[in-house]
Amino acid sequence: MSVPSQASASVRTTYRAAVREAIRDALQRDRRVFLMGEDVGRYGGCFAVSKGLLDEFGPERIRDTPLSECAFVGAGIGAALGGMRPIVEIMTVNFSLLALDQILNNAATLLHMSGGQLPVPLVIRMTTGGGRQLAAQHSHSLEGWYAHIPGLKVLTPATLEDARGMLWTALEDPNPVLIFEHGGLYPLEGELATNAGAVPIDRAIVRRPGRDVTLVAYGGTLAKALAAAAELAADGIEAEVIDLRTLRPLDTPALIESVSRTHRVVIVDEGWRSGSISAEVSARLMEGAFHELDGPVQRVCAAEVPMPYARHLEEAALPRVETVVAVVRRLVGGGGA
Amino acid sequence: MEAGTLLEWRVKPGDAVRRGDIVALIDTDKAEVEVEIFADGIVEELLVAPGTKVPVGTILAKLRAPAGPPGPTPRGVGQPAPPPPLAAAPAKAAPPPPAPAGPRLHVSPLARRVAAELGVDLATVRGTGENGAITRADVERAGASAPRTGPAPAPAPAATAAGAAARAAERALAMRKTIAAAMARSKREIPHYYLATRIDLAPALRWIEAENLRRPVTERLLPAALFVKAVALALREVPELNGSFVAGAFVPSESVHVGVAISLRPAGLVAPALHHADRLPLGELMVALRDLVRRVRTGSLRSSELSDASVTVTNLGDQGVDTVFGVIHPPQVAIVGIGRMREEPWVEAGTVVARPTVTVTLAGDHRASDGHRGGLFLAALDRLLRSPGTL
Repeated sequence: MSVPSQASASVRTTYRAAVREAIRDALQRDRRVFLMGEDVGRYGGCFAVSKGLLDEFGPERIRDTPLSECAFVGAGIGAALGGMRPIVEIMTVNFSLLALDQILNNAATLLHMSGGQLPVPLVIRMTTGGGRQLAAQHSHSLEGWYAHIPGLKVLTPATLEDARGMLWTALEDPNPVLIFEHGGLYPLEGELATNAGAVPIDRAIVRRPGRDVTLVAYGGTLAKALAAAAELAADGIEAEVIDLRTLRPLDTPALIESVSRTHRVVIVDEGWRSGSISAEVSARLMEGAFHELDGPVQRVCAAEVPMPYARHLEEAALPRVETVVAVVRRLVGGGGA
Repeated sequence: MEAGTLLEWRVKPGDAVRRGDIVALIDTDKAEVEVEIFADGIVEELLVAPGTKVPVGTILAKLRAPAGPPGPTPRGVGQPAPPPPLAAAPAKAAPPPPAPAGPRLHVSPLARRVAAELGVDLATVRGTGENGAITRADVERAGASAPRTGPAPAPAPAATAAGAAARAAERALAMRKTIAAAMARSKREIPHYYLATRIDLAPALRWIEAENLRRPVTERLLPAALFVKAVALALREVPELNGSFVAGAFVPSESVHVGVAISLRPAGLVAPALHHADRLPLGELMVALRDLVRRVRTGSLRSSELSDASVTVTNLGDQGVDTVFGVIHPPQVAIVGIGRMREEPWVEAGTVVARPTVTVTLAGDHRASDGHRGGLFLAALDRLLRSPGTL
């Protein structure tokens, strides 16, 4: 369960295809695995993730469901209790709120309330995030809410490797695991090792090393943080970029370790600022790395409005690379070093 | 101490005083000490005239309880009940009351930590962070531009006039910062190695006893003089421990100037040099040592004594310390620690005997010397202290 060595052969693919490959792999490896959700079968998934899987695996294992998140998430919980390994797809995080009762009051609590007798090895995949002019019905980032709930694991794959590798580890986990796929990432193209496989789901990773400031990002904001770091490098400011990967459990030691080297931190979060995962990251750094901080923890979050439809307004509402760059420059002050 | 001389009054009858105020200056046998008042009130009468030497516990002044409730108090009001006399015995000066708070400095947590490590006074640092906040870089800049001292600075000339209290506080602060900077640098830059050896002091103490019988009381020797002399002579045999490490290289010192660590009251430390300690006869060395200690405590050191020690000896035995693990004072390359002299079981020719012993340690700069040479130094020290007649 490690990141494949770079020596192996790779193939050019997309985030969408990597997720599909992960599902296909799981279906092939474990007969208990099945995929269920709105339009995942004949339509091939709203984001075309499961295209072709119905033909390959048949309607028993690729199941279209009625438009009732509460019902089909509840069915998924029941299947998991019954020994299956369901993958439930919810179209977007906004609609997952219809299943919040099932997720919080059943999936997250049953293992605890049954005294350890009833694990719920359920995986729920859903799309999150904005940037595609899908307005306030489809564009919010509520993964931070789910990260509040003990009993769940919350994953936010931001790379092809994680899109390919997190699902299997999640299915192996006895806890309900939520995987948030940022809608803007599906067309992401890149090289993926042909032998790419399962990856750990309990630790953050440094995506770009640096010494002057730590940019904390995850999911849809990772690319923005990396772009900001590249721009800052031109000014001699070396930004370290940490990809949280998992919002629950948070890899606090990795955050503290990085900030203990850079002494400054900017968190980039597409969620709303108030009560967000960025607030949690900030609080943990205050608790664990206060005396390492050479400036206040800074956050770049989404504007606290329902996501606008108009392109320019949506762009203004989302975290932007130039905002990150500006915040870092202000934080680092006169010089980079 | 048993007695002190009242040097001056800082208050006069009728003055209102608050607990913690400095009311008098007293000369003890070691240092000038400021006497704080223990209670609020009004000075009624001064009982001891300046220049008088009085035993500890003598009542110096009488204090009247504070005036009644605030408000217009008519003058000439009848005297209240007789005030309790107040014994203002000489006491160690406590830290001065906090200065009136200025605007709060904005300092990052890291900058605050680094400032403490480097001994940088944040009040003197210009902040370049957001809203003028002081960042680590600001502190490091300030730390770098501050004078890099060798040995700790001399205390300011003996303060006799008013304002001495403020100067003393400033001086204490400055000294703390200097010590902090030097010690932080030492621990940052110098790879210390540590060696210890236990030395049988019986011959040395017997010799001192006999020697002192021949000497006038004022010229009697203390073991400290023997230690300094023996260290100085042993250093001649191992010159890699006597000198300074400057600009990446060890520079041996032509002479042996032994810095003697002397603690100050209420706090602080200087290590002025006993020049040519290897060449001074013991009697003269003892005189020089006494003189040095006296002048440290009265604040009249000469600048050369503060800058050219080539090694340091620190003796913490009087404090009951068994073993000293010294921190080298840069740019020196060694510090010798003397522990407590005490009787210990000592095995000699298969028999356990009680012997006065002392643990002597060496902290050496591994860039300038190796443990082997340090071991030879301690062996030489042992040999020299066993034949005190040759010192």
